[in-house]
Amino acid sequence: MKSVRHGGIDCDVHPALPGMAALLPYLDPYWQEQVTVRGIDGLDLSSFPTQMDAHGRADWREAGHKPGSSLELLRRDALDGFGSQLAICNPLYGVLAIYNEHFAAAVARAMNDWITAEWLDREPRLRASITVAAQNAEHAVDEIERRAGDQRFVQVLLLSQDDVPLGNRRYWPIYAAAARHGLTIGVHAGSTYRHAITSNGWPSYYLEDYAAHAQGFQSNLLSLVHEGVFAKFPSLKVVFIESGFTWLPTFMWRANKTWRGVRAEVPWVDRPPSDIIRDHVRFTLQPTDAPPTGADMERVLNQIGSDDMLLFSTDYPHWQFDGDNVWPAGFSDTLKQRVLVDNPRNAYPRLKEALS
Amino acid sequence: MTPDDGRILVAEAPANASRSKLKLIDCDVHHALRSSKDLYPYLATRWHDHIAQFGRRRPVPFLASSPYPKTAPALSRTDSWPPNGGPPGSDLAFLQEQLLDRYNIEYGMLHLLTSGMDERNQDLGNALCCAINDWQYEHWTQKDKRLKAAIVVPGEDAVAAVKEIERWAGNPDFCQISIVTHSIEPLGRRRYWPIYEAAEAHNLPIGLHSSGTNGHAVTSAGWCSYYVEEQHNVALSQQNLAISLVCEGVFERFPALKAVIIEAGFVWVPAVCWRLDQHWARMRGEVPHLTRKPSEYFRSNLWYSSQPADEPENPQDLRQVIEWLGWDRLMFATDYPHWDMDNPEHVFKFRMTEAEQQQVFAGNARAVYGLA
Amino acid sequence: MARHIVADAGEIPPGGRKLVTIRGREIGVFNQNGDYFALLNRCPHQGAELCKGTLIGLATSTGPGNFELTRHGEMLKCPWHGWEYDIRTGQSWCDPNDIKARAYPVTVEHGATLVKGPFVAETFQVEIEQDYVVIEV
Repeated sequence: MKSVRHGGIDCDVHPALPGMAALLPYLDPYWQEQVTVRGIDGLDLSSFPTQMDAHGRADWREAGHKPGSSLELLRRDALDGFGSQLAICNPLYGVLAIYNEHFAAAVARAMNDWITAEWLDREPRLRASITVAAQNAEHAVDEIERRAGDQRFVQVLLLSQDDVPLGNRRYWPIYAAAARHGLTIGVHAGSTYRHAITSNGWPSYYLEDYAAHAQGFQSNLLSLVHEGVFAKFPSLKVVFIESGFTWLPTFMWRANKTWRGVRAEVPWVDRPPSDIIRDHVRFTLQPTDAPPTGADMERVLNQIGSDDMLLFSTDYPHWQFDGDNVWPAGFSDTLKQRVLVDNPRNAYPRLKEALS
Repeated sequence: MTPDDGRILVAEAPANASRSKLKLIDCDVHHALRSSKDLYPYLATRWHDHIAQFGRRRPVPFLASSPYPKTAPALSRTDSWPPNGGPPGSDLAFLQEQLLDRYNIEYGMLHLLTSGMDERNQDLGNALCCAINDWQYEHWTQKDKRLKAAIVVPGEDAVAAVKEIERWAGNPDFCQISIVTHSIEPLGRRRYWPIYEAAEAHNLPIGLHSSGTNGHAVTSAGWCSYYVEEQHNVALSQQNLAISLVCEGVFERFPALKAVIIEAGFVWVPAVCWRLDQHWARMRGEVPHLTRKPSEYFRSNLWYSSQPADEPENPQDLRQVIEWLGWDRLMFATDYPHWDMDNPEHVFKFRMTEAEQQQVFAGNARAVYGLA
Repeated sequence: MARHIVADAGEIPPGGRKLVTIRGREIGVFNQNGDYFALLNRCPHQGAELCKGTLIGLATSTGPGNFELTRHGEMLKCPWHGWEYDIRTGQSWCDPNDIKARAYPVTVEHGATLVKGPFVAETFQVEIEQDYVVIEV
């Protein structure tokens, strides 16, 4: 492989739950019976149709299995394939979209037991996000407390488009628990479909849905800043996962401009939004949504104005690039090294401890 | 509500003459109704009674306030309230003095923030659109030939919209068609296509000024809390709107159609294009009606008004974005009299060549709107 | 640097202001409870007539959900984009080091002192027993 690949930390890989049957051993008897008797299954998110090429690269698939469902393949293609020393598992099963919050909490708990037993315990290079039922922060906090003792859980996973924007106080107990335990908040692209994918309603095509995640993330970024999440939890880091990042510079220009005129509405935001974002928010590398040339990418990186913000990711098994071309043109070797190791270590307090 | 006038004891008017030798085309000027009664002469009596009894019904929580109260009364510069009364933008003479004469404006493209399109009673909505157009014609464009109106149409009722377009098409006082951007469905969806067909047939651009209410949450993640968020989210929704027009194939079906994105800024366009191109490459099988990369439609069928122009720490970054966008895409706008307006003399903090100035401040708009 | 008499001391009430033109420059003179301040009538951002803006307090916070308003009437909100300026210094709140409205020193002086000069008072008949607002430009 041509690119730098020595000991990186892959901040976004997706182990796939084969189906509810795989969770049965981890559910209590009541929910086992509910799931079985009612035939509950198929809670993969509509945001990520597993059959699409885009969400299972052809050479990373195994016939008859969901992409990402095999530890062997993940080992071979993601960990060994990119020489990563660690990879963070972000399972995308649709726990956050379940309307019954009690069922959601039960599935979240089972998911975390499943990922512990079948992935973390079997592969020492893996770390994981805690799946929570954010439908009710009490459930989510209970689950965070249950997992916090296991240092292999490094982050709490939320979706970018849910009931209310992520700065809303509904989420604050979750942020408080995360901050208490040195956990990062990971926000993955995806919608619970509580609201239309755009503020103008439902588009016709998946391509539009996927493109619209960028706007959804931007709305959440405004919310996190202006509701004062980082003023309240100064140690908290938020990682935007699969959000793209080339929109960030122009987003920050606009956010700063609006803040200058309207900031008295949110007086706790006492410095420009871009400063707050650079201190607290990180972005995974893939997809890069790259401009046409490396020179243009260098300009974008320069406009981002910080070498600390990007975290290496393959987005395995999603198809964001071909072969081993995980690096878009325009990244210097120095920056690659930061993105591979330094930035992930600084974004995840628990990795810093593990690697020190 | 009127702004605190600051108890100014002596107010000598500054030199009102424009310092600009360049004649400008301002792509976003807001005139305003003094009250909804201004429209009564153009509305059937049935609607006078209806409005008096039932009022207007739009999918918003408050009768007479924006869902997100703005940062200034009437969303406007506090110095834009006409001395003779009425809300900002409602007094032609004051608008001439404070905007058209002051900045040497050759043409000002009018955008009324009131529309019938988001009225839930569709018959009333249609009647309001027709009345607005009559009122604009009689009280604005006929009184100052520098002012050009947009044909306000009830876009959720395409049949009525086309009828209204036909009523004004060919009248040189009307240079574009106005649809509210907070539509019930994304504007690329088929229900709106008859409007685009008529627009293309009459060579009238679609002017998409951030406006209207549709009942959808302001963000795809639900309702935000603050105006400081909402103001920015309105621009984000315009990004989704542009994506919709392109991806749903509007410009394939109507290749000569021009669409102008107004009051959403422009700096976001390159990154939206990069993202679309990248993911289209992997998903193009879903949208076989697109025969070109998404970014190419942005370069051939969409234009962008400049306001609010962003202010990066390094002003050269803005030039870079315009290079990516294309100098032929950007059209200057003040957004007078709104609080976030841009002053043509100070808006761009980097040096433009004379040719670039010509394009941005006048030439592009002249071409798009077919102005003399 | 010349000193200009711009008002009788009693002419601008507390919380009030007066716009004057000195050597072609428009300047706003503010009376903040007996303290006088003067700013150029031009916002450094986009050139609005700053001194026609609304006088407001300074909104601050100890944390999300906490709202405090201090320094009532000492911040000038630009009539256009709403940027806030400290009338005492001309400094903007959003970027105090780099964005400042031009401020001028103001004093209140007794007529008896002023008649000794030098000062400029094109429109004022200075009387010895009166107090005057004087700007240095």
